[in-house]
Amino acid sequence: MAEGITDLDMNSFDETIGSSDTPVLVDFWAEWCGPCKMIAPILEEIAVEQENIKIAKVNVDDSPDLARRYEIMSIPALIVFENGEPAKKLIGAKPKGALLEEIGEFL
Amino acid sequence: MNDIRDVIIIGSGPAGLTAAIYTARANMAPLVIEGEPSSTSDQPGGQLMLTTDVENFPGFPEGIMGPELMSNFRSQASRFGAEFITAKVTSVDFSERPFNIEVGETSYKSHTVIVSTGAQSLMLGLPNEDRLIGHGLSTCATCDGFFFRDQEIAVVGGGDSAVEEATFLTRFASKVYLVHRRDELRASKIMCQRAFDNPKIEILWNSQVAEIQGEGRLSGVILKDTLTEATRSLPVDGLFIAIGHRPNTDLFKGHLDLKENGYLVTEPNSSLTKVPGVFACGDVQDDYYRQAITAAGSGCMAAIDAERWLEEHQS
Repeated sequence: MAEGITDLDMNSFDETIGSSDTPVLVDFWAEWCGPCKMIAPILEEIAVEQENIKIAKVNVDDSPDLARRYEIMSIPALIVFENGEPAKKLIGAKPKGALLEEIGEFL
Repeated sequence: MNDIRDVIIIGSGPAGLTAAIYTARANMAPLVIEGEPSSTSDQPGGQLMLTTDVENFPGFPEGIMGPELMSNFRSQASRFGAEFITAKVTSVDFSERPFNIEVGETSYKSHTVIVSTGAQSLMLGLPNEDRLIGHGLSTCATCDGFFFRDQEIAVVGGGDSAVEEATFLTRFASKVYLVHRRDELRASKIMCQRAFDNPKIEILWNSQVAEIQGEGRLSGVILKDTLTEATRSLPVDGLFIAIGHRPNTDLFKGHLDLKENGYLVTEPNSSLTKVPGVFACGDVQDDYYRQAITAAGSGCMAAIDAERWLEEHQS
């Protein structure tokens, strides 16, 4: 686990997301997904640089129920949760600048 | 950045990274501008980043995963001192030497340039296509196949990548329709036989996707028979597109010669372009072989061509 990034599963998801006082960006990913690996270092940087948003990861192999609950059909998928509810969903790998722009309203 | 590099390599698939390994070992300290993350084949590492088992790359008797192979290429280049920038080139100027390459606000100057920007997957160009990406429509079977467990899906195309994707997707899907506009596949014989033998794959010959349907998520496609023009609806939960590639040459229009189909022109049996000091390798200049191993081989040629050119022009 990278510093500043929390790994979530079915047991920890609701409590972590529900109790967060800042928005949480959740990265739905898997080991076999090339583009997921490409954005992993970008998310690690954002976790260190941005204080107003938390970063978490859900491995869809380990937590298929969470992937189903949020209707994930393509990864990497990034969902920003605000007050426990999904506020924005982004699909596909993007460069850092484009990603920061997309989540700008939460920073 | 006023330093003038010996070589800048644009692109980081098998061609670009092989050129990086060779030029690094020739003490040319290559700078590789590797591209940006994306979920299409237009990304660092190139088309192999979206494949699973690569079974025909020599040296891996049991096969190797595409992303792992590219990660190995990159590590090997790094080990000899290649530097990487994870960004896309904004523009090039080959009109005077040293050549100038712009990446956003930053300019890089170099005595030689190796172009290895590859090719990217074509889309169907139909309405609803952009809207439904990630909602049942996919450009990456290896990323998204998992989400179609026990569902019926369709793959469009008839070449190696279409047949490989269809075969791969039978791991998850209950049924895979392979929609192809002709009455025979272009894929290699071994790939075709695998598809014919797979009970989950049904090939829909002489069929073209005329319409993509679905509101929140994809619900099906309308197929048109290419012989009779008759249309019919095919309900599917997922649609994977593998209809071929176009070369990433937009950047070089007006700077290098392009063939009618958009591929870069190189001199026969070399990587030389019409601009002395600018070399091209890999799929960006290959509309015929298009294999990882031929791309890697041509990357080696470009590196040696660049090294010799530099020797001749610096003494």
